[in-house]
Formats: sequence, structure tokens, C-alpha cells
Amino acid sequence: MANFLLGRLLQSLVLLLIVSIIGFAVLHLAPGGPLSQFALVPGLSKEDLARIAHEMGLDRPLPVQYWEWLTRLVGGDWGRSYRDNQPVLAVIAGRLPATLELMGAAILISVFVGIWIGVMGAIRSYSLFDMLATVGAMVALSIPTFWFGLIVIYAFSVNLGWLPPGNRMTVGGDGSFLDYLHHLIAPALVLALVEVAIWSRYMRASMLDVINQDFIRTARAKGLPERTVLWHHALRNALLPMIALAGVEIPTLLGGALVTETVFTWPGMGRLLLDSLGYRDYPVIMGILMFSALLALLGNLLADIFAATADPRIRLT
Amino acid sequence: MKSENVLEVENLSVTFATERGPLQAVRDVSFTLHAGETLALVGESGSGKSVTSLAIMRLTPPAPLVALGGSVLFTGADGGKRDLVTLDPDAMRAVRGNEISMIFQEPMTSLNPVHRIGDQIAEAITFHEHISARAALDRAAGLLDKVGIPDARRRLSAYPHHLSGGMRQRVMIAMALACNPRVLIADEPTTALDVTVQAQILELMKELQQATGMAVIFVTHNLGVVAEIADRVMVMYSGAIVEKGGVVPLMTRPLMPYTQGLLHSVPRLDPEALGLSPLEAIPGSVPDPFRLPPGCTFAPRCRHREPACEAALPTLEAANGNHDVRCRRWRRLAEARA
Repeated sequence: MANFLLGRLLQSLVLLLIVSIIGFAVLHLAPGGPLSQFALVPGLSKEDLARIAHEMGLDRPLPVQYWEWLTRLVGGDWGRSYRDNQPVLAVIAGRLPATLELMGAAILISVFVGIWIGVMGAIRSYSLFDMLATVGAMVALSIPTFWFGLIVIYAFSVNLGWLPPGNRMTVGGDGSFLDYLHHLIAPALVLALVEVAIWSRYMRASMLDVINQDFIRTARAKGLPERTVLWHHALRNALLPMIALAGVEIPTLLGGALVTETVFTWPGMGRLLLDSLGYRDYPVIMGILMFSALLALLGNLLADIFAATADPRIRLT
Repeated sequence: MKSENVLEVENLSVTFATERGPLQAVRDVSFTLHAGETLALVGESGSGKSVTSLAIMRLTPPAPLVALGGSVLFTGADGGKRDLVTLDPDAMRAVRGNEISMIFQEPMTSLNPVHRIGDQIAEAITFHEHISARAALDRAAGLLDKVGIPDARRRLSAYPHHLSGGMRQRVMIAMALACNPRVLIADEPTTALDVTVQAQILELMKELQQATGMAVIFVTHNLGVVAEIADRVMVMYSGAIVEKGGVVPLMTRPLMPYTQGLLHSVPRLDPEALGLSPLEAIPGSVPDPFRLPPGCTFAPRCRHREPACEAALPTLEAANGNHDVRCRRWRRLAEARA
């Protein structure tokens, strides 16, 4: 186990390094820069901008800039936002709880609803329910998240007035748990939709595979009630591949959160990233990139450790 | 003891719905199983022997099944008779694993990989006998010991992947015997095992049968195993019984050409002594179940066939004593050999 963790740590460091190099390069390859938005501002001459760029170190060769950023990061300094001069870590930390709240809610919904739909679809394969679930999953996977988000806002906020159209809480409200929950419903459902579809499809396939196994016939031959056969013998086995899926789905979810947060003006990391991209706020963008990569690696590590505890045949080496 | 029938199977037939239409996998199978005896069910792949054994347990896959016909009268320990074909699902569950148990061909995949073997044995006991989990685990340890697994108490917490194929089959047997069944159905229990392990498992099954007095239906295609373990033998071909009788008459003086072919296709070291050629295969293969010949289903492969064989399916007729055969020419063939 200790060897496994050490190996994983080294692997992760290498991966993070690669991610940072690619991210940094792609970011600077895009035309424009943090100062291009000021190009047409009256009273700011080309020389002024060049001087500011020089002071910010933006005119130096890319590898030098990267090296500078990297050495600072290793020293624990994530840099400061170009926009408001706040430390990057503080900016991210301010937005993290909202994103974790949204992602957590979406994960809970997608795991429970997705697994339930998948299991039911497998048990009653080719029934009306199964066919509706299959078509529904295809539709859910095909709908763009931003469009679905807008439809939900139009239907439930504008027309019906049941749910708030955005934000994490009522501005100037009492900040109660119910108020937070009320604001969370729509974005969490929108973000979860695609995940529910993915989970239900994988779960159905996995469960179908398991219920045709010999050991399920053995369980029935013992005279166990169907309920025990399915939920005790089949489900536990069918869930094993899902653990790995959970690890892989975290980055996907983060990507979905970016869109959802923008549509619902959710004050999370996704919106921060989008805003920062608009301003070419390099330090914040790089910070979010590294943070997401870290989250993805951590998710996969946890999935592997959890899989080893759930499946007695797996040993971490 | 011998006279009591635990199972009376009458005209059992199993039909599956397939994409090519209904498929009758088992056709009008009738037999009785006496208390304490071993009945071997022999046939090639696709002969319906496994489906017959699953149908008795009502474990045939429910989805493509269209019809289960006939009756399976089971005499319980209390002496009451029940028809397993029409028994309601809850009552059927109370029979399964309790009064009739089953073990399967593939010990490697027949145990649940994520549960401890002790729990897998104990769960049937707690379900059928409503005793505490602790007491059930105690009994499971005793059962593991009885099937020859060393250090039984410690093995309760082992997972299936810790055990070899032979050991897993022993666990399956322990599981099947957990509630002292009256009937054990063994569907090719030794086919997937090494020869030396096969012999050990057969020996174990014989011992346990003598100790418990249960009846065994032993499904196999291995005639060596049949000679070893069976009291009576039933030969199946394309879903129907073609010959049945005591193990000695059937194996020494088979009446049906198919049974003769089966026996001749077993390699022997002394073929000359028995007046046989070294190894004789039955030509051709099992008929397509969707296009069964109208007459005797074995006729296309039979070297003794005559035109009448292909006209109508012969009935299963009593040859002598308890020896039945489905062949319109058996009498003449027997005379010709004598």
C-alpha cells in the first residue's frame, strides 16, 4: 500500500508537470494577451502598453516565463490575479465551496438516480421502462447543457416562478439552508442530467453482465428470494466497475460545472475560469488548471483505493 | 427404502422462445428417482440433459422460456407430494437449496467473488431454517470439514479466489448439503476439474450420499464417471430419453444404437478383448433442433437404420425388466449380436 501510494505520487507529479507545460503553452499561443483589451483605450499609447508589459514580464521568452511561474509555484506562491491583484489561491478558495456544493449535489443525484435506472433497466431489460430509459439517456446525452439550463430557467423560473433563475442564495436574504437548497435544485439537476444518462447506461450494462453469471444461478439455486439475489449478490458485483467510472467522471463533471455555473450565474470556479479567460488572467487560469488536474488525479486515486477495499480480488501494488 | 420415489417426472417438456421460433429443448421426459439412488443423465451437448435438471429446479432462464409442461412430483421429508411445475414461486424457493439442491459444472464462476465462502454457505441455512447467523456459520464450518476442506473454521472467511477449482467445488457441495436435501442435482460437477481432482470429488460425493441417504441426479457426458457412480442410467438424445436402465445392463448390453455408439467412442486399452475396433466415432452430429427429422431423431446417424425408422418417432418401450429403449429395431439388433 505504501509503495502504491509513493508510486502514484511520483506519477501524479510527472502528470501535473506535463499538464502545466501544455496548459501554459496553449494559453500563450492564443492571440492577444492581458493587455490587448486596453489597445484602443484613449490616453494609453503603444509605448505605455509595452512598458506595462515589460514590467509584468510578459515580453520575455515563454520558457523563461514558465520557469519563473513554476519555481514560484513550487515555493508555494501561486501568483496574483492580474485583475484585482488578489492572491490566486485566495481567489480560488473563495470560489471552491460553491463548486464543491454544486458538484457534490450533482454526483449524489447522478449516482443514485443513475444506478437505480440502470439496475431497473437490466432487471426488466427490453421492457417499456428500459426502452424509455434508453431513449431518455440518448436524449440527455445529446442535449447541450447550456441550452437545457436556459430551458429550465425559462420553464421553472420565468414561467412557473418555482425556482430562482440563478445565484447561490438570495441576495440580502437570511442565508438559511433552505434558501441555499432552493437555489441549488435547478443547477444541480441540469449538471446531473448528462451524468445520470452516463451512469444509467454503464450500470445497465454492468448489471446485465452480472445477472447472467453462474454465481447468480447459484444464489437462486439456494432458494434465496429474488430481492436478495439482486441487491446482495448482483449489485455488489455490478458496482465494482462503477467505482473506476466515478474517478474518470470527475473531470467531466468539472467541465460541465463550468457551463452550468455560467448559465445559472453560480459563483463557482467554472465561472471564475470563464471570466479569467476573458481577461487573459494567466495566473488565475493556470491556478484553476492545476487545481482541476489535482482534483482529477485525486479522484482516480480515491477510486483505486476504494475499488481495492470493495473487491477482495484487487490488491494495490 | 429403495421403493420410495422422491421424484416422479411425467412428460416434462421445456420450450424456449427464440428468434427462429419455439425451440423444444426437452421433450416428454418421464422418469422416477428413488430415495438414496444415483441416476445418471447422459448425453452430448445440446441433448437437453442440463435443461432437464434446471427445469426440475425451475431454474431455466425465465426470459426466453415459453412453456414448461408435464409434472414433477416431489415427495418431501414430511411425505407430502407437490408438483414442482405448478408450485407457486415462494413455495418453490422453500424447496430450492433446502429439499433439492444443485451443484454446477463451473466451480470457478459458480461462487460469488465478493462474498466470503462462510457467508455464502450460511445464507442458505439462515434463510431456510431461520437460525442465527452465528449458528449458521458454525454449521458451515462443520460442512466445510465434512467435504474435506482442512482448517475449516479459518476458511470460512476466505474468498473464492483464495481456493483452487477442486476446493471451490467442495465449497459448492458443502453449500448444497447445508440443509440436508433429499435430492442433489449435480450438473457435470467434475467436467471442469483435473482428473485426479475429479476422482476425489466423485469419492466425496459417494461418501456423502451413503452418509445422508440423499438421491442424486448426476448429469454427465463422461461414461467413465457413470460406471463409477450410477445405479441407473438415462441416455438423452435431442431432448428425449432414448434408453434407460440399470447401470450394468445398460453399459454392458446397450440396446439403442446411439448408446452403443457412445460406449464405443470411449477410448479403450483392450478393444480387441471386447471385439471392438480401437475407437469408433459416431458419424455426423446432433440434428438441428429447429429441423428435427420426423422419425427417430438418431436415424440420420444410425448405421442400422431402415426406411421405417425415418417415418415415425418410435416410443420408449420396455425391453426387459427396467430397461427401456426407444428403437424400433432393438429386438432384431440384439438377436443379430447374440
